[in-house]
Amino acid sequence: MKDHSRVVVVGNGMAAFRFVQDLAGLAPGLDIVVVGEEPGGAYNRARLPLVLAGAAAADSIELADPAWYAARGARLTAGTAHRVDRAGRVLALADGRALPYDVLVLATGGASVLPPVPGLAGGPAGASGGLPPGVVAFRTLADCRRIQSLAGTARNAVVLGGGVLGLETARALAVRGLPVTLVQRGARLMERQLDAPAGRVLARTARSLGVAVRTGAGVAAVRTARGRLTGVVLDDGTALGTDLLVVCCGTRPRTDLARAAGLKVGAGVVVDDQLRSVSDPGVFAIGDCAEHGGRTHGLVAAAWAQAQTAARAVAGLSTADAGPRPGLAAPAVLRLKAAGIELAVLGAPSGGGGAEVIRFTDPVRGVYQKLVVRDGRLAGAILLGDTRTAGTLTQLLDRGAALPADRSSLLTARTAAAGADGSPVTLPGHATICQCNGVTKAAICAAWQEGARDAGQVSARTRAATGCGTCRDAVEGIVAWLAAAEPGLVPA
Amino acid sequence: MPALPVLTHCPYCSLQCGMSLRAADGASDGAGEAGGAGHAGEAGGGLRVGTRDFPTNRGGLCQKGWTAAHLLAPGERLTTPLLRARRDEPLRPVSWEVALDRVAAEFRRAQAAHGRDSAGLFGGGGLTNEKAYWLGKFARVALRTASIDYNGRFCMSSAAAAATRAFGIDRGLPFPLPDLARADTILLAGSNAAETMPPFARWLGDQRAAGGALIVIDPRRTPTARRATLHLPVTPGTDLALANGLLHIAIAEGLTDAAYIAARTTGFGAVRRLAAAYWPERVERITGVTVAEQRAAVRLLAGAGRAAVLTARGAEQHSKGTDTVTAFINLALALGLPGTEGSGYGCLTGQGNGQGGREHGQKADQLPGYRRIDDPAARAHVARVWGVDPADISGPGRSAFEMLDALGTPGGVRALLVVGSNVAVSSPAAGRIAGRLAALDFLAVCDPLLSETAARADVVLPVTQWAEETGTMTNLEGRVLLRRRAAAPPPGVRTDLEVLAALARRLAAPGDWDPDPERVFAELRRASAGGPADYAGISYERIAAEDGVFWPCPDTAHPGTPRMFRTNFATPNGRARFVPVEHRPVAEDADAQYPVYLTTGRVLQHYQSGTQTRRVPALRAAQPEAFVEVHPDLAAACALAEGDMVRVVSRRGAARGRVRITDTVRADTVFMPFHWGGAGSANLVTNPALDPISKMPEFKVCAVRLEAER
Repeated sequence: MKDHSRVVVVGNGMAAFRFVQDLAGLAPGLDIVVVGEEPGGAYNRARLPLVLAGAAAADSIELADPAWYAARGARLTAGTAHRVDRAGRVLALADGRALPYDVLVLATGGASVLPPVPGLAGGPAGASGGLPPGVVAFRTLADCRRIQSLAGTARNAVVLGGGVLGLETARALAVRGLPVTLVQRGARLMERQLDAPAGRVLARTARSLGVAVRTGAGVAAVRTARGRLTGVVLDDGTALGTDLLVVCCGTRPRTDLARAAGLKVGAGVVVDDQLRSVSDPGVFAIGDCAEHGGRTHGLVAAAWAQAQTAARAVAGLSTADAGPRPGLAAPAVLRLKAAGIELAVLGAPSGGGGAEVIRFTDPVRGVYQKLVVRDGRLAGAILLGDTRTAGTLTQLLDRGAALPADRSSLLTARTAAAGADGSPVTLPGHATICQCNGVTKAAICAAWQEGARDAGQVSARTRAATGCGTCRDAVEGIVAWLAAAEPGLVPA
Repeated sequence: MPALPVLTHCPYCSLQCGMSLRAADGASDGAGEAGGAGHAGEAGGGLRVGTRDFPTNRGGLCQKGWTAAHLLAPGERLTTPLLRARRDEPLRPVSWEVALDRVAAEFRRAQAAHGRDSAGLFGGGGLTNEKAYWLGKFARVALRTASIDYNGRFCMSSAAAAATRAFGIDRGLPFPLPDLARADTILLAGSNAAETMPPFARWLGDQRAAGGALIVIDPRRTPTARRATLHLPVTPGTDLALANGLLHIAIAEGLTDAAYIAARTTGFGAVRRLAAAYWPERVERITGVTVAEQRAAVRLLAGAGRAAVLTARGAEQHSKGTDTVTAFINLALALGLPGTEGSGYGCLTGQGNGQGGREHGQKADQLPGYRRIDDPAARAHVARVWGVDPADISGPGRSAFEMLDALGTPGGVRALLVVGSNVAVSSPAAGRIAGRLAALDFLAVCDPLLSETAARADVVLPVTQWAEETGTMTNLEGRVLLRRRAAAPPPGVRTDLEVLAALARRLAAPGDWDPDPERVFAELRRASAGGPADYAGISYERIAAEDGVFWPCPDTAHPGTPRMFRTNFATPNGRARFVPVEHRPVAEDADAQYPVYLTTGRVLQHYQSGTQTRRVPALRAAQPEAFVEVHPDLAAACALAEGDMVRVVSRRGAARGRVRITDTVRADTVFMPFHWGGAGSANLVTNPALDPISKMPEFKVCAVRLEAER
């Protein structure tokens, strides 16, 4: 472990958090330094829209405080990574500090993409600092607080970008009572994940919840007056007056540091199966900044699987069995977190290539469900408006399990158990009425024949209802039915 | 013979229902009868079970209780000691003198050749407090061995460890059962109480009738789950993630009790941050419980004025059982439940004396009064009561499965006495344990019946049971009860206490070995005095007069303690402790070779390894053989039809059972009850992966495949 004893992690998002947690568990005693640009410990970025909506308390997304790092032999330091000296194995920070490392882990995440339009292009990627007041590119907790603050006085809001974050943000602002327009350059909402019918249903649902949706509309310009935002102009010429513009146009992996250090960079920092840079075995990249197998990811589950694998590799353990599912290549599972919009997108829900496609549409309820099945196994699914089978489907997808022959059970929620037993009167004689004492309906009828005339007498003879007592109503029901059938036998 | 009717308690589970025993041929005497309805059970041994108005079961009994008198019928009772000189010989009747001499000689021989700890004792959670206390004393005073443990490790040890960690003390329910009837919401995690202790479900019925909500977490839609307001069909082995997820929602939605957390607990910050990583969609992916169901559960719990969180074996019998229970305790603490009027956390203990059996010293790490054996003050106190030097009391030994798994190995036990347990059926990886029993130099078993374990013994000692002897039991509420002798035992049998006394004499043990149960209880009171489970003020007279007495009861003027934690917890600073606990995968996950989860449990008609209930005709007729519950989708995939015989195969062995096709079980999981020995023994399949703290085996989930038998 000598050559791995000093581990420097650049970034303090979800991937870095999970990496430190796993590495400290697998190889206690390492000297771990985490360099975070944001102040404070790690938090769950993916839930910021819920905080914005007031649906989640801010402290419910805090993952770690300084004590958490200390308990794992790690040190959290605020700073910006400036340069990697790979030959000397030293990370230089912008403030002049130098951190020697044996292992460097890049978990730099992604930076907000800003559309190249007048009024926006001047802002530095990943920060709202250079943007006009009233404009926020939504990425961090600080951004969330700024939006909250602006929303307190804004007349209305425009959200740019009809992807997951854009939708969640637009819905959150609508929940706060702001008139919101969601501007989406593409033909439909969440176009990377949804097919056309799903996009239509989603837009309808969003509109019904107070989000004005403009699809097929790019932004042409951002207008300001006296340095303040006054509105946006769409590329069809429509002008939307607003004093709050939230930019949710996606992110791109932050790779500047790696590129400058001479590491191979494609869309992200190119890594092998252990999450090691293909250029330098002493450098790892995990999370949104990493490119593995030609792909970058933007979901927590993938980042955590990568963090787990990288932690094993750094700890000197085999990564052949990365352990718990989902592993490195876990299917993407996306859940929209927006009040009133139930949406889950699992795996790759596009048909073709001989796939079996099952669809269910219920326009009145705003439900659109689609399953894509290949070789009897789930390849992907869209559940919109009704996600009650999302848990089951996610597990089937994760496990690659064979699907039941009757696919409809995968779209409809389990039938409730309550009331399924029906009236005791219509039950067959061999049906057990009292589970505790194994008393059948026939035995109760026999007790009646032998002279028992009320539920108490039936219980005394058969012990029905003498256990948990739940079947007392059923026993009384059968006795009443018997009495009605033979009214003469019952004293008035 | 005692005058009939005798007011006593049921021989089976931890509810210890009050019942009466009266003459089988006598007319209904009405004594203690509920409403004079004249309920009467099947006769056996000249006695018949009748009802008795007792505050726990209020006259209710299940089929096991009603038919309990059958246990007293001669039937298959052992009435003479059995012995074999060599393993290849059959067991043959011998005199008590010969049998006891052999046991004592074998203990001595083993200890002379292999050291003190090579003589071992294995007890049971069904034994009376007096027996449990004496087994511990016998180990430490007569054998001076560290090798003693009991089957409670297989039962609720995870809940005991978690409760001690959080509250500083472990009493299954820290409040009386009637409190549950007034709860607005009850969360049952891994309990099928409607089948495993039916009269308990009367309280759930009252609670529902009063408008209360019931949440049941179980991979199966059990009879209990079918009565629930909300059933969460969790993936086996993921309860911990679910509990953390429920806590996440409570925190996110601002539903925690900040004033309670500030005033009565420590450590919330770390648990709050840990719960941040268990957001609902992630928990749905792990557990299969939908986001909507999770939210609904939290709202029912947090919206309740009075709420109770209860765990049972489904949450506890895991290699992370202690942490799983801790996660539920964390949830209860965050909502301000423990120690609050009408609310709380509790464990539904399983075995008849599962509570008392874990308090008085038959555990490897324990001395009477729920004291720790490594605590010098505890050792000094108990040594004074026993009249020995504290230094002569052995130290902590191996836990149950660890002890069983080392039988006959270097450093392991060579001569073992098993009392009140059927380890050949009830241990995980039972095939492996059968091999370990065979590797012993000597095995002796005290049992009323020739259990699967007794059948493997070198000496079998026939002992009294239940209504043939007097002793105290402590039920799931921590209420100490008195079971009275109602029937003469068959000629030739002795009580367990008499057996231990006779062996103590042969081993020249110091101290008092008078086997009169009330005298033993008097010594137990002194030994427990000042300990967490303090029985000092409890007497047979008080138990009878007060419908039981709740411990702690430090002196005869003390009223007992029905409700604990009202002002402070039993921790050094009086506050309950939050403990951060992470979910991790099951010890053996499903894979391509073994693609299905097996979970195990009980049926209404049988109790534990079935040694008693499989011999009661009405119970045997109702549930004659091992079975396997299979979801229709899984049955179709495996080409199984209702009534087929199927082999459930794991890496450790296979068990046979008859297929029951039902959609009440998850499609990725099969269920098998564990009450049968032989080929139908579910524990041939189960995984002995142990919880690191409680040493509880992972009975509730392992990976299997199904093989149809044609």
